[in-house]
Amino acid sequence: METVASFYETPEPARFTGIWSWLLTLDHKRIGLMYLFAILFWFLLAVLLGGVLRLELMFPGETILSPGLYNSAFTLHGVIMIFLFIIPALPAIFGNFFLPIHIGADDVYFPKLNLLSWYLYMAGGGIAIFSLFSDGFADTGWTFYVPFSISTNTNVSTTVFAAFVLGFSSMLTGLNFITTVHKMRDRAMGWLQIPLFTWSLYATAWVQLLATPIIAITLVLVMIERFFNVGLFDPARGGDPILYQHLFWMYSHPAVYIMILPGMGVISEIIPVFARKSIFGYKAIVGSSLAIAIAGSLVWAHHMYTSGMSDTAVFVFSLLTYVVAIPSAIKVFSWVATLYKGAIEMTPPLFFSLCFIYLFSVGGLTGLVLGAAGANIHVHDTHFVVAHFHFTMFGGTGFAFFAALHYWWPKMFGRMYDFKKAYIAAILVTGGFMFHYVPMFILGLQGMPRRYYDYLPQYANGNFFAGFGALFMILGIGLMVANLLVSLSRPRNAGPDPWGGVTLEWTIPSPPPVHNFVRPPEIMAYPYDFSGVTDRSAQRPKGE
Amino acid sequence: MEHASHIFSYKTLGLVLGALLVLTGVTVGASYIDLGWVNVWIALVIASAKASLVLVVFMHMNSAGKGVVVSFLSTVFFLAIMIGFIFWDVAFR
Repeated sequence: METVASFYETPEPARFTGIWSWLLTLDHKRIGLMYLFAILFWFLLAVLLGGVLRLELMFPGETILSPGLYNSAFTLHGVIMIFLFIIPALPAIFGNFFLPIHIGADDVYFPKLNLLSWYLYMAGGGIAIFSLFSDGFADTGWTFYVPFSISTNTNVSTTVFAAFVLGFSSMLTGLNFITTVHKMRDRAMGWLQIPLFTWSLYATAWVQLLATPIIAITLVLVMIERFFNVGLFDPARGGDPILYQHLFWMYSHPAVYIMILPGMGVISEIIPVFARKSIFGYKAIVGSSLAIAIAGSLVWAHHMYTSGMSDTAVFVFSLLTYVVAIPSAIKVFSWVATLYKGAIEMTPPLFFSLCFIYLFSVGGLTGLVLGAAGANIHVHDTHFVVAHFHFTMFGGTGFAFFAALHYWWPKMFGRMYDFKKAYIAAILVTGGFMFHYVPMFILGLQGMPRRYYDYLPQYANGNFFAGFGALFMILGIGLMVANLLVSLSRPRNAGPDPWGGVTLEWTIPSPPPVHNFVRPPEIMAYPYDFSGVTDRSAQRPKGE
Repeated sequence: MEHASHIFSYKTLGLVLGALLVLTGVTVGASYIDLGWVNVWIALVIASAKASLVLVVFMHMNSAGKGVVVSFLSTVFFLAIMIGFIFWDVAFR
């Protein structure tokens, strides 16, 4: 492969240099990297906040956080993790970087809008931080439930406004991706030749575009109610608090699929590469992505079984919830079937992917417990829900994020990381994860409520063990990030295709040139044909 | 000119503006009459009519490409389902 200058050496537009070549860049890859470092910052901050919360809960009684501070800390943890990490992480970083490359394009359709999305993301984060130092951060939890969010004296309005701005960033990214896939796809690439990660981003983008306006307007309504005392949701003023929950979850449940669908796309990319085998059920995976996007948008009220809504609604939404399990199960089956009789080569990205399959499956199956209205009544608002949510979102999207980092890091930076440290980090994170969240399932079944800074003596052992697991997990995350960052000081040694991948990003240099393709891309008839791939493990730099 | 057919006269635009204001008045007026659950449907129908006028006349949806029209209709369909599903709760409380 010929030597060409990478996008690091070639600003776009060319007239900007230094810091301006980043802050005013229109290059989708630079914008993706700017998202990467901003999102990593927020992620690590929220991880530390989570650690502080678990430290408070390790021992009964008030230890390091007062009740009010505990409320604000878990709200901040939730807001950052949801709005600043999980929702944007995979689409904004890896989607921005790889979606255009996957479809043979040199950029997204609206590069300036893409940069605006990043600024909106940064502004949203900045406003959230600002609210910390004005009248105190919101203490409502990330759900901002009324009527408490209307009556509390903390700075709910600013926090809600931050989420509103972040919603715009998400919508514009979705709009950009949909348009890019339709308008900039290589002419030789049909719909069923698109890589599965890009398919998942496409399905996600529709949910981002259609569902996000609902939460945006709902949050504006909360602000209107706080500022002008209009009786929209407050029952004391003739409002309907359950309506708020409908509107909130109308977005926030599909948002769960905004979070997980790109993660499923990542796993669908990684598994066939390291099984050296075509993905099992390509069309079924594409169909299930769309089915999850559609069906997942119609099950929001399963968060509301105990809210007082009608029994008919409880029945209908419980039934619909079970429907979503089908396309999710199709994906898990396809990944496992792909591994079956594959020439499997273990690498850090595959290790994280395998952990994903296991953890996400546990999260999904416990979701069925919560989806069943009868069982839900007993475990609603307990630690069982916290454990389930973290198994799906952290065990799912979080581990997919780690897998994506380790899979595409050599392509983004041209440098390979240390495998041994990556494995140790992965084992620490996974082991810590299990130790952290499994006790929460048990605590929840025993009846320990969520969002309490203190608990009864019978919950002491479970909370102690959970806190212990959290420390291991944080240690593993720190090691993982450090290992990746240290690799940046090494020479660019990764080569264009260190894994033996066959999608288009592996046909161009690492890191890619500014316009991605030096020559017109060759579109394969089928995106996962490994017949020409040879074993790369012997030649691959190990990052030592 | 290719785009000439997409441009509406000032008279048409003014009439649409007037229609939007009248429909807003009707919405407000209807809210003062207690018709039970029918009130919601009246408000939704009027709001849909207003949105359609804005889309067709001000946003030139009538001359947009097939992709844009299909995308738009999908959003309408999606929104209708979302609103409709709330009635599993509201209508059976």
